[in-house]
Amino acid sequence: MPVTPVVSGQAEVSNEAENGLVTLREKMIPALCAAGLGAVLLFGAGFASMEALHNAAHDSRHSAGFPCH
Amino acid sequence: MPLSRASNGARAPAGIFNGIVRTAAAAGIVAGLLLTGVQHLQVIPIIQQAEVFEKAQEAAPASESAPAPAEHAHAADVAPHAHGHDGHGATEEVHSHGGWEPEDGFERTAYTALADVSMGVGYALLLAAMICLRGGAVTWRSGMLWGAAAYAVFFIAPSLGLPPELPGTLAAPVSARQAWWICTAFSTAVALGVLVWSRNVWFKVGAVALLFVPHLVGAPQPPVHSMAAPAELVGSFIIATALANAVFWLALGGLTGYFYKKFA
Repeated sequence: MPVTPVVSGQAEVSNEAENGLVTLREKMIPALCAAGLGAVLLFGAGFASMEALHNAAHDSRHSAGFPCH
Repeated sequence: MPLSRASNGARAPAGIFNGIVRTAAAAGIVAGLLLTGVQHLQVIPIIQQAEVFEKAQEAAPASESAPAPAEHAHAADVAPHAHGHDGHGATEEVHSHGGWEPEDGFERTAYTALADVSMGVGYALLLAAMICLRGGAVTWRSGMLWGAAAYAVFFIAPSLGLPPELPGTLAAPVSARQAWWICTAFSTAVALGVLVWSRNVWFKVGAVALLFVPHLVGAPQPPVHSMAAPAELVGSFIIATALANAVFWLALGGLTGYFYKKFA
């Protein structure tokens, strides 16, 4: 596996593979943050055991097939 | 560093994050409201019918609504370890509502819509994050393929072990079922990813095996099965939810693909 080069000083990053690797590294943190935010929303809607949340999302949980009660 | 990357035409992490969030918000709100509409037509009426049976069961004498002591003893013989695992008994309360709950009618529908939108945005965030990491162009058509895969991951696979339940169904402790649900969805997602993207035959064989693992382990089951609603209602509920979720996932996938192309 090629080691991901640190090429931030070079303006002409034309090598596609190199470009792809660097881009994936840059995308990793924002994508994981977004996925984490998604998990929080899903936890609230589908999994949280708090009574009021459960009752509010009751029909939605049954319909989505989330384990309920 | 993000700043020097930007000079190469690459996007800063904050820009990537914003693109995913805008995509997910748009797709999740539309698909969530669509889901509420579909549920209103064919899922909610069945839940309401089941609640009539559930209330009748609650009102009935204790011997009717709860497993009889003799049945309990039998259950303990069949699954003695189940009692040991769970401090407060092997069976869950059939259906215990406590505290605040929305009024039937508009308020209940509004909270269902809110929960559906929250679920839609949450799932769209996961979907758009995966699409972003995968890279490459995406359209509403390829988005629908992502949606179909997510339907298999988040609905079909968990439902094979834990079919969508009507209110008034006796089930294993909720935390055990949630853990199994999450593990099943996760392992199915990994298996599908490997099947689609790996070029290594042995990885693919492993992925097929991984698809079966959660079902061989088995979903947590209650020692005694009981439900308030008749079997036909349970059957029609499973069909109704399968359809509603299929519509939701195809819409969510297609919309995520469409908005991702626009925003991200």
